[in-house]
Amino acid sequence: MTSARPKIDFDAKIPNNVDLASDRKLQRALERWQPNFLDWWGDMGPAVDTKDVYLRTAVDVGREGWAHFDHVPMNEYRWGVFLSEHDPDRKIAFGEHKGEPVWQEVPGEYRADLQRLIVIQGDTEPASVEQQRFLGATAPSLYDMRNLFQVNVEEGRHLWAMVYLLHAYFGRAGREEADQLLARNSGSDDSPRILGAFNEETPDWLSFYMFTYFTDRDGKYQLGTLKESGFDPLSRTCEFMLKEEAHHMFVGTTGIDRVVTRTAQLMNEHDSEEVAGAGGIPLEMIQKYINFHYTVSLDLFGNESSTNAANYFTAGLKGRWQEERRKDDHVLTDDAGAVDAVRDGRITTTEVPALLALNQDLRSEYMGDCSNGLKRWNRILQKHGIDAQLYLPHVGFNRQVGAFAGQRISPDGKMISEEEWTANEGRWLPTDVDKTHVRGLMHPVLEPGKIASWIAPPTNGINDKPVDFEYVHFN
Amino acid sequence: MTVLEDAPAAGQAPAPETVPQVDFDTDPAQYRHWRYEVDGETAWVYLDVAEDGGLVPGYELKLNSYDLGVDIELYDLTQRLRFEHPEVRSVVLTSGKDSNFCAGANIRMLAQSSHPWKVNFCKFTNETRNGIEDMTANSGQTWVAALNGTAAGGGYEMALACETILLVNDRSSAVALPEVPLLGVLPGTGGLTRVTDKRHVRKDRADIFATKSEGFQGPKAVEWKLVDETVSRKQWDETVRARAAEAAQGSHRPSDAQGIALPPLRREETADSITYPNVRCELDRDARTATITVLGPEPGTVPESLDRIHALGADFWPLAMTRELDDLILRLRTNELEIGTWLVRTQGSIEGALAFERVIAEHSGSDWLVNEIRHYFKRTLKRLDVTSRSLIALIEPGSCFAGALLELALACDRQYMLEGIFEDADEEQEPAQIVLTESNFGAFPMGNGLTRLQSRFYGDDETVAELHERTGERLTGAQAEEAGLVTDAPDDIDWEDEIRILLEERASLSPDALTGMEANHRFVGPETMETRIFGRLTAWQNWIFIRPNASGAEGALRRYGTGRKADFDQKRV
Ligand SMILES: [Fe+2]
Ligand SMILES: [Fe+2]
Repeated sequence: MTSARPKIDFDAKIPNNVDLASDRKLQRALERWQPNFLDWWGDMGPAVDTKDVYLRTAVDVGREGWAHFDHVPMNEYRWGVFLSEHDPDRKIAFGEHKGEPVWQEVPGEYRADLQRLIVIQGDTEPASVEQQRFLGATAPSLYDMRNLFQVNVEEGRHLWAMVYLLHAYFGRAGREEADQLLARNSGSDDSPRILGAFNEETPDWLSFYMFTYFTDRDGKYQLGTLKESGFDPLSRTCEFMLKEEAHHMFVGTTGIDRVVTRTAQLMNEHDSEEVAGAGGIPLEMIQKYINFHYTVSLDLFGNESSTNAANYFTAGLKGRWQEERRKDDHVLTDDAGAVDAVRDGRITTTEVPALLALNQDLRSEYMGDCSNGLKRWNRILQKHGIDAQLYLPHVGFNRQVGAFAGQRISPDGKMISEEEWTANEGRWLPTDVDKTHVRGLMHPVLEPGKIASWIAPPTNGINDKPVDFEYVHFN
Repeated sequence: MTVLEDAPAAGQAPAPETVPQVDFDTDPAQYRHWRYEVDGETAWVYLDVAEDGGLVPGYELKLNSYDLGVDIELYDLTQRLRFEHPEVRSVVLTSGKDSNFCAGANIRMLAQSSHPWKVNFCKFTNETRNGIEDMTANSGQTWVAALNGTAAGGGYEMALACETILLVNDRSSAVALPEVPLLGVLPGTGGLTRVTDKRHVRKDRADIFATKSEGFQGPKAVEWKLVDETVSRKQWDETVRARAAEAAQGSHRPSDAQGIALPPLRREETADSITYPNVRCELDRDARTATITVLGPEPGTVPESLDRIHALGADFWPLAMTRELDDLILRLRTNELEIGTWLVRTQGSIEGALAFERVIAEHSGSDWLVNEIRHYFKRTLKRLDVTSRSLIALIEPGSCFAGALLELALACDRQYMLEGIFEDADEEQEPAQIVLTESNFGAFPMGNGLTRLQSRFYGDDETVAELHERTGERLTGAQAEEAGLVTDAPDDIDWEDEIRILLEERASLSPDALTGMEANHRFVGPETMETRIFGRLTAWQNWIFIRPNASGAEGALRRYGTGRKADFDQKRV
């Protein structure tokens, strides 16, 4: 079958280290997929009309200089395909295939499971772009707008990375799944994104920072477990994605830093916690946003006790966080683990085989990581002489998935009645009034170096550029 | 199956771990259990089992009881009657012993056999019984069972495959199905089914008969339609001869024809391959697959006349190929239990295949030999249909899936056809094509009475009719996929991955679940006696075989002949 479409110069258009120029299978798949991707980007990507944006583009995988910075029109962004460097001696580190060489092809036995894992991961990447589509219009600075777009193009590239795996290793079924990744859309009634959390619009910049801090961090942990996979191309893809993901979390961490800083400044200026009237976001409101985004992200880890996770582990498809640094047999058939449970109206734990407790294991790692941010933000408050503290709510608070789903648990971890919940919900989670206030603060600031009232300026610019650099050009 | 009076030696381990490689080659000079004599238009077939002639050590074939070895000879014998004896119009099946006709399958053999062995044994015996009925129906060789002594269990089931059953009336000989009361299993070689479906015995009477271990003697057996006639010893020979002569009437067999010889197959075996002149098989033991390639005929070799076909005999390509394929199927089924997936390929010229099609179509109505070959290929396809392996057809450039050979692909669970060509092939290729012919619309019905196309498009006669309109058309991968004739038509770029993943994925699934699933999918629609035997009777039998009530240490099959009663788990399931 021949196609009338002009040939794409793959290496020029698509930076890669997978020898795209000589891979007919990939070329054919991408020839069809790439135009659809560009259409999707046009329809669902950032809605702000820009001329070009100061973006980093992945151009290599080496330790030094893997990325290139320049002003580029966003629809000419070169979404590349990169796998981290190949280790010919790599062995499967866990499960029943432990010690065997990693797979360079999909083992037919695990095709369905691997495809599912990749599709679920792949579905989240474009979802966040869709969720953040309108945020650019209210960016608090050009610096922030640029960061948003940087995150967006890289989530687009993460989609490419997953699509690459589907195209290269899963045959026709993989191509069909790759098409579906563009056909599902965040918040769509007909064909929503697979995971619930990715169907909520990101309505304001506080939510965006929270999302990149908490929800992107879930992505980091999922990628971390897939990086351990016995399917080497998946492992290498995820390892490289983690490099980019670090910047996304940096955007979240420093974003919240700056909101807290600004709030602390306003509290001191007005000698009051009530900074809403002064164009700030009160600490209490920040806490509510933390409560919400943290707990929604906890749900993404699934049930405490999971046979799927156990099967993935045993099969060698998905390991644990830092699998190779762990000091156990990496097979876990004889070990036990404790998972959260609610019994007789009390929060407790149940002992289950360790293999079944892997979701909880990953969630615990994640929770530990999240608490670092809280320490940072509380140090900022301290430096400003403020005694109040931000905190992470109890793991059982506001949960929709797993052992705590359907339970009423306060942020400090007490089982409470439905009445008590209803009476206090507005103190713990963002209310409509809160959301309206935050949204009311969202006015674009497009002048280089200027910043919105509710957030402090960044301490440094991007890639050693000054903070007042013209990160975005408009038409 | 049935009854032996001798007990297994106490404490004897039941299942010998080393099951022999079974060989299906034999000829009358080598028979140990059968002999036959052709007298005019009647063949006299005598079952005369050598007690020490068991295929496997550990049992004696007393009372004309049989094992797989006995049935392999019977199968060979039926083939020789068909091909070597065109003059035969009726076949009398009787016993070479004075005392009894046949006690059925040997119980100690069953008790010591593994489950797969029992299942394979029953499947093969069932196919041979069906083949005997096919001879009566389509070969002009009508079978008469002359039960000159008691026919119990499998012995009576053998008689049930015949058109007419005579039982000697000597106040002791009987017909019986004692499996349920004595062994806790079923008369699984068609017995239960044929009593009701073929002989139309009322179900309450069938119930009594199948639970009454001693069965019925002549008069009652006639009254209940279990046999057609009972005859005193005095009149026995004369009556049997008369019934044989009557059975011969109306046969379309020619009187002046020459048979053709069935010489031994030319087969070369290595550890991982079986090669015949027209069929090749390579085993990949790691992947647990067999690749079966049927080599098509050369276009220039089609015989121009019937005389030439008869002169070629067993070398006539359709017959040679069918014999080899038949043998291969039996060998793989019995000897290669862990080869779970068979890849079915053809190689050769479509022109050649079509030329042979035309010869067969032209003569199968009129010439006995061509007719036999057609029915033989039909039965061989049926063997594929009931084979408990995943069957995948690979239709590639250079293949010749046309007409009758296309049935091979249609018998498979899935069909993959390359769209276009392999771009890095050494030689120049034509894209793969398939061709429908008249053969695909009735010449080779399945056990359910439908063609493979009717089964494939069950409930959609319109599509079958549309396909009928397209006979002779060369269909490429994309067209064949569009027409629903193949599962998928990947191109060169996808082919390797698709097939590899498919096979690996298949190999990871439960072999038992696959067997059950495939059997369900292959036999759609109406029940026939054949599907009831293979689907219903056999499935129940195989379930009972693995239940402790039959094969447990205290089960009926294992306790039989020990003097101890079976200890049943009384829960009805
Ligand atoms: Fe991502
Ligand atoms: Fe991200």
